[in-house]
Amino acid sequence: MTDALLAARHLSFTYGNGLVLTDVSFEVHAGEFVALVGPNGSGKSTLLRVLLGTLQATEGEAELLGQHPAQAQQRWRVGYVPQRARMQPDLPATVREVVGAGRLPRRGWWRRGGARDRTAVNEAIASVGLTDMAARRVRELSGGQQQRVLIAKALAGEPDVLILDEPVAGVDAESQRQFREVLVRAVRDHGAAVLLVSHELSAVADELDRVIVLKGRVMFDGTPAELRERGVSLGVHPDDLPFWLEALR
Amino acid sequence: MPWPFDRGYMQLALYAGVVVGAVAPMIGTFLVQKRLSLMGDGIGHVALAGVAAGLLAGVWPIWTALVIAVLAALGIQMMQRRGVAGDLALALVFYAGIAAAAVIAQLARSLDASFIGYLFGSVFTVAPSEVWLIAGLGVVIVVAIAVTGPALFAIVVDEESARVAGLPVDRLNALLAILVALTIVVAMRVVGVLLVAALMVLPVGASQVLARSFRATILGASAVGVGSVVVGLTLARAQGDLQPGGTIVLVAAAAFVIATLLSRRPRAVIGASPVDQHLPVEHHH
Repeated sequence: MTDALLAARHLSFTYGNGLVLTDVSFEVHAGEFVALVGPNGSGKSTLLRVLLGTLQATEGEAELLGQHPAQAQQRWRVGYVPQRARMQPDLPATVREVVGAGRLPRRGWWRRGGARDRTAVNEAIASVGLTDMAARRVRELSGGQQQRVLIAKALAGEPDVLILDEPVAGVDAESQRQFREVLVRAVRDHGAAVLLVSHELSAVADELDRVIVLKGRVMFDGTPAELRERGVSLGVHPDDLPFWLEALR
Repeated sequence: MPWPFDRGYMQLALYAGVVVGAVAPMIGTFLVQKRLSLMGDGIGHVALAGVAAGLLAGVWPIWTALVIAVLAALGIQMMQRRGVAGDLALALVFYAGIAAAAVIAQLARSLDASFIGYLFGSVFTVAPSEVWLIAGLGVVIVVAIAVTGPALFAIVVDEESARVAGLPVDRLNALLAILVALTIVVAMRVVGVLLVAALMVLPVGASQVLARSFRATILGASAVGVGSVVVGLTLARAQGDLQPGGTIVLVAAAAFVIATLLSRRPRAVIGASPVDQHLPVEHHH
């Protein structure tokens, strides 16, 4: 075990007869902003599930907070925004209620919230630029604003690790800008480790410490500058991924 | 008490009904948001098998219904965890329950008025001891919701991230299922197993289109539930011998329809409101 907050060591995963992940190894440390990219079916979501402990690796091992993911303690230190996370369209809840739900694991779900919890929830709402809408019902918000609510919910627990699975697919420019600033603050000010799975990295390209390219196995693990040297742009369209992956062979 | 609650049997019906009207929609709010609106129906039919078993064994049917309903609720949870689709698990419990109720009631030779009373409720004949039991179980349900409500809400919002963050999602879901079973047993004498699910769901439908928050939805649904009971009992008394379970649920259904009309929310806006969903995303090639 190391001080890495997230780690994969020679990790393989087989689904049925197919090998989804082959000998995947990498680490993410505190204060690192890492993007995980790859075409559809490249094993990104499977890898996240193994790292989060909801799937068991066939070979090799994963670490979450320096522990075996399925048995990891202090799981409230992990903030997670699942892929295509959408709230029920008729959810009769306010922005503050939804973001407050993200604070619950940290404060203990059976305890009443205190002043510190309320402050953390307000700060999380402010960080995504929704303070004016805190009392609004989430169903009245636009898609981009709803995504920001879910990101604020993940931030409300003041996580040490933030994992986001395609959180900003198709949202407006203002939401993308807010999103970039939130992630940069989480990394620089709070020393969190951020693992961002996304097709669309143009908004955060300048802020990334590392990019990991996955296609069943790790095709590339290095800085954005090193990736650019190989002729790959980070603002790639998902349809282009197979082409620029060829360049990495 | 003034009319219509000037008689002893009407007062007992009011006490039992108010507890059920307040509690059933509280549990129902979580079921509606988890898309499990029909869970009350499934467990209700199993509870009926429990009633029949109680009549066969010569035990107070409410106790046997309670035990069987809790076991069925946990069974549904277990099937869902093993990958059986939620509606299929409910269908199994629903049909097995009603079939078992028919067979056992036949064995007990109890397909009579008392058995029918559990089907549609018979709140005008409720005994003081039953009112105490209903009130006691009602307090248990309210305390359980007060303690676990925030965690159940977190699961409603996003079960996957709640699980990742370490909330005991399976245990909380099992607890919710047990609370559904308790609520059904509490409501069985008031509206009957055939209509109990309606009292869990219809007030929520009325409340959630108007309420400004989740908390307000729960409180509003409870208020609609209590109001439906009071108006329903009054209608049943005023018209002589109308079935009170039926009038209560019809009032709740009317509240749902009226609230939906009042909300004036265009259907197209629900859910897919986001204007910005269709804005093109800038790509750098």
